[in-house]
Amino acid sequence: MSLSRAAAIALRQFYLLRGSAARVLPLFAWVAIDIILWGFMTKYLNIVASSRFNFVPTLLGAVLLWDFFGRVMFGVTTAFLEDVWSRNLLNFFATPITIPEYVAGLVVSSIATSSVGLLIMVVLAAGLFGLSFLSYGLALLPFVLVLFLFGIAMGIVATAIVLRLGPAAEWFIWPMPAVISPFVGVFYPLSVLPTWMQAVARILPPSYVFESVRGIVRGTGAWWPGLALSGILAFIYIVLAGFIFARVFRYAVRTGLIARYSAESVS
Amino acid sequence: MPRVLAVEHLSKHYGQKIAVDDISFEVAQNEIVGLLGPNGAGKTTTISMILGVLEPTSGKITIRGIDLARKRETALQRANFSAVYAPLPGNLTVYQNLRVFGLIYGVKQLATRIDALLADFDLRQFRDTKCGLLSSGEQTRISLAKAMLNTPELLLLDEPTASLDPATARDIRIQIRRLVNAGTSGVLWTSHNMYEVEEVSDRVLFLSRGKILLEGNPRELPAQHGKESLEELFVTVAREPLSLGAL
Repeated sequence: MSLSRAAAIALRQFYLLRGSAARVLPLFAWVAIDIILWGFMTKYLNIVASSRFNFVPTLLGAVLLWDFFGRVMFGVTTAFLEDVWSRNLLNFFATPITIPEYVAGLVVSSIATSSVGLLIMVVLAAGLFGLSFLSYGLALLPFVLVLFLFGIAMGIVATAIVLRLGPAAEWFIWPMPAVISPFVGVFYPLSVLPTWMQAVARILPPSYVFESVRGIVRGTGAWWPGLALSGILAFIYIVLAGFIFARVFRYAVRTGLIARYSAESVS
Repeated sequence: MPRVLAVEHLSKHYGQKIAVDDISFEVAQNEIVGLLGPNGAGKTTTISMILGVLEPTSGKITIRGIDLARKRETALQRANFSAVYAPLPGNLTVYQNLRVFGLIYGVKQLATRIDALLADFDLRQFRDTKCGLLSSGEQTRISLAKAMLNTPELLLLDEPTASLDPATARDIRIQIRRLVNAGTSGVLWTSHNMYEVEEVSDRVLFLSRGKILLEGNPRELPAQHGKESLEELFVTVAREPLSLGAL
């Protein structure tokens, strides 16, 4: 694997971000609005609930972690969509670049862009609403890692969907986090879900993260076996996503989709 | 002369439709081969397969003896292309585009190479201009500069001068001819401009309905088939291919 080829993909994204406020703003604007909205919501709930239960680490922390997942996923897909929008797929894939190098470039781009979003969210949540990540203890590390890996996996799957179905399929990928969120229990325990949704939740790594968040707030601590399982699941999702992308790419090369993308003739 | 490209029994089928039908040809070092044919003849399909973005149904492509199907990365390291339908991203500057592609091709002393290409293609004044803001002719020159970044041994040019004015097109032809004569490159060149093809090509291949119908010296081929010019021969290939040979 050539690091310079992967770096070239990330450099392209850096050039685009550096020269465009329209690309930089979404890196933090929407997540900042989410944190402010849910920050005041949790403050209000803390007042009206009049119990000892603190909604800040439960709801605001969950929103922050879920937004981080979304930023990671969209970091990958947006970097890929830049090639779709600029009709650049043919130019890139007619070079010696390999699929792992190209995907690695997308992932590096996502790490950079999602880090900006995470930093802004942490500063706002801690500064304005007193959310302390220290309260999560060591479990914070697997929380971030699992959501990062799952975000990368979903980002790669999303790019495969757009590559297979054409540029218009980008509208399938923007709602993906919203479609997944009811199953992973971002805001509520999995026990309130019907049995079939709980079965789906068990195969989604973020479910274990949010159950652990609630466990810590309740005082029962993180669900370490669950977190270990979610790490394994996230790793499996990464492998599966890579496999799906490679299969779709192979299909695109066999059918001429890559060449036709350039002519915008994919419906 | 050593071969830079060898295409053997190459075919591409889309279901029942045959886009390229068992074609074989070679491009030698220091040779420019014109790939001619009417729209839909299979020229771009052939080029796409040589670029590794379209899998052949059957056949073999080797670049400098390296099998594209088995060693895609190594084979494509020795090739590059410019096509009228594949402009460089308009949201990056000329320099940024060349830098990104230079890194992908692993070009040594990239900054020096980019400066030399900007000078060669008269692009220095556009160095920091976004490609999308340039005229189609300027964009074509940038695409050609990208195609030269790695000093390719095989250069694929799909209608490279289609959007250039005659003076610029002539300069580009001279530049590519000079590069081919001086170096170790071979060029596969498609064009609908028969004057250009006659001027620049050492040999032409006429493609019709996915098959190579004619092959030869562009300055001798028309007379061999009772035609006055290459353009007249092209029209015959496009309209009455059966009069020239069985398909």
